Amino acid sequence: MDPIGTLQGPDQPGRQSYMSAMPVNKMQLRLCPGTLCVARGSRDIKAALEQELTRRNLRDRVQVLMADCSGLCSSGPIMEALPERVLYSRLTPQHVPLIVEEHVAKGRIVDELVVKNGQPAIPVPLMKDTDFYSRQRLIVLRNRGLIDAESIDEYIAFDGYAALAKALQEMTPQSVVETVKSSGLRGRGGAGFRTGVKWEACRQSDRFPKYIICNGDEGDPGAFMDRAVMEGDPHSVLEGMAIAGYAVGAERGSIYVRAEYPLAIERLEKAISDARNYGLLGKDILDSGFDFDIEIYPGAGAFVCGEETALIQSLQGLRGAPRHRPPFPVQSGLFGCPTVINNVETFANINPIILNGADWFAAIGTKDSKGTKVFALTGAVNNVGLVEVPMGTSLGSLIFDIGGGIRNKRRFKAVQIGGPSGGCIPSGLEHLVIDYESLRGAGAMMGSGGVVVMDQTTCMVDTARFFTTFLMEESCGKCTSCREGLKVMHDKLTDIVEGRGTEGDVQFLEGLARHVGTISSCGLGKTAPNPVLSTIRYFRDEYDAHIHEKHCPALSCVDLIDFRVIEDKCAKCGLCHKRCPSDAIVWKKKEVAWIDRDKCIKCRMCIKSCRFDAIR
Amino acid sequence: MLWQDVPIIQRGQLDKLDCVIDKYAGESRYLIPALKEAQEIFGYLPEEVQRRLARGFGIPASRVYGVVTFYSFFSMTPRGRHTVRLCLGTACYVKGSKDVLASIVNGTGADVGQTSRDGRFTVEAVRCLGACGLAPVMLVDGCVQAGVTPRDAMRKLDVYQ
Repeated sequence: MDPIGTLQGPDQPGRQSYMSAMPVNKMQLRLCPGTLCVARGSRDIKAALEQELTRRNLRDRVQVLMADCSGLCSSGPIMEALPERVLYSRLTPQHVPLIVEEHVAKGRIVDELVVKNGQPAIPVPLMKDTDFYSRQRLIVLRNRGLIDAESIDEYIAFDGYAALAKALQEMTPQSVVETVKSSGLRGRGGAGFRTGVKWEACRQSDRFPKYIICNGDEGDPGAFMDRAVMEGDPHSVLEGMAIAGYAVGAERGSIYVRAEYPLAIERLEKAISDARNYGLLGKDILDSGFDFDIEIYPGAGAFVCGEETALIQSLQGLRGAPRHRPPFPVQSGLFGCPTVINNVETFANINPIILNGADWFAAIGTKDSKGTKVFALTGAVNNVGLVEVPMGTSLGSLIFDIGGGIRNKRRFKAVQIGGPSGGCIPSGLEHLVIDYESLRGAGAMMGSGGVVVMDQTTCMVDTARFFTTFLMEESCGKCTSCREGLKVMHDKLTDIVEGRGTEGDVQFLEGLARHVGTISSCGLGKTAPNPVLSTIRYFRDEYDAHIHEKHCPALSCVDLIDFRVIEDKCAKCGLCHKRCPSDAIVWKKKEVAWIDRDKCIKCRMCIKSCRFDAIR
Repeated sequence: MLWQDVPIIQRGQLDKLDCVIDKYAGESRYLIPALKEAQEIFGYLPEEVQRRLARGFGIPASRVYGVVTFYSFFSMTPRGRHTVRLCLGTACYVKGSKDVLASIVNGTGADVGQTSRDGRFTVEAVRCLGACGLAPVMLVDGCVQAGVTPRDAMRKLDVYQ
């Protein structure tokens, strides 16, 4: 074990003041309060730590708290030890005595428990040196791991509400709009419309009242960026909305949060009430004469409500059916009034842009896509979690450097980016850089930032069917092309994965997909064909194998698998027998396994557990 | 007791419903939060409850029905004692939640969206719960179960009687 070296302050110089204001010699142990770490027992670890510290009379030297999520969800429960910012991972209450003995009492890092880099794994004690963190650049997640999400004081100590004060006291609404416009910030919800242009259009309208809406209806499967921001740094969203309100002349804001995120709702409610108590929301904010208040509106489970016009309908207590644009919400939005509607992440970008200036922001990223983007990296990678990288980072860097490569030593096959209506980008295009235009060019889209990595065990036809099913069920039903077209596409894809595919199916799917995309009215319908079109474009051979050979190369489509043990390959290890949930595999020591078809429920546990590819 | 025999609506519940309507002062833009609270009171949203809400908000019952059937959080059928929500989001799907679902449907005898005959479980397939790091994820009465496999899914449900 290494002795703890020089005390490392936080990486941003501006924050030294707050850190040094913390009691000297006081160590902080911060456990992640995020949904994932709590589910894995971070609360038990906190209790165990407190008990052990009390027992050893070290209680007054150490502060134990539940602070911000650090984003490395796959290694949870995570604990960060300040001031050095050592990151301990995969903790259990059994590890607590060792940590207290070594780290707290003796000041030595416990190598076995810190986050590790690469293969073979090398322990990396300091958070900033880990592969997962060293390539990230934090703007939206700037307070990650630094502040207590429920403390407005800590948010303020880290430049929180300083941008609102600056806007109200030193800037005119017009100059706020100009700053956001020249920063080049584009909407982070998916379409990438320029935020400053949207604000300007709303500002120019002479109709009142005007409204600000924050879109927190994060429905894309595999995406949890907005949840992390709302749970981890709720004030950054409120501040962004208040600044938007000042810029466009709105006095009321609503946050539409999906109902599946109760913790986000709870944290936002507390944040709003704290901000009101501090005079940062409500009447006459900071004696400027500007009034602004925010209410929360929980959704009720409809994916299409992430579409802005549908969301506005839902906010009015109606069915969330999108409507035609124009008129755009900036012309006629909530209750027919001019409305700015932006995504959670967009609002979280506003504070740093106002404080550091447009040029600072515009210097990050690519020509047309400025700043950073938060991605929820999930699927078959080693480091699952939330990452924030500058625009222009390559997909390969995201998957292999930050994500730590593919899990279980499997092969990288494709990455699905942009939510259900995004596209699948195959291996071989890892050099592709992340910005709005290049992703669109490759048949995917930025979307809200879900990145799902797939290995060779994922069937691309089944993946296309999965997304089409999702979109079919979530279609509001207004446009015939989307409602019926997706149903027909889904049925056709089902035929293919169940072995009833025929010649000409792929051409049929392509043609229909193009129609659906062209004719449908809203974003959901227009992008709905992406999963099908992108998988046909890059994985045509898999479609052909399903249709002509009645074979699924990924061994995923159960109707195309024989569930037969190949005797030559079987190593007689019996693992399949042990894993089978329905006792369908007959096996004796030193004998080849045999599958009883009558008992088999085709769950594929045997295929997944077999290390010798002996089951087909 | 089979779920079909659940007593319909009790007096005290209707009073609570009227409190909800009063709270939102009949402002129809708050219909969705009101429906949510109504569902918490009754466990589901039978026609009678929808009609009462419509009267309270001064809107046609058809509009209430339209909203109830549009959003996945609202249910018009009684529910089991425990709700099993299995995530079929992308990350969980990639990690085999489809197989877990098959094992749960097999074990409980309740298809997706249905309640088991003994009224013990309502099985639901849900979209991403945002807990992709724990995939495949199952939510039983709001309690997260991580890394569920087809084999241990039913065992994890044993404790819920």
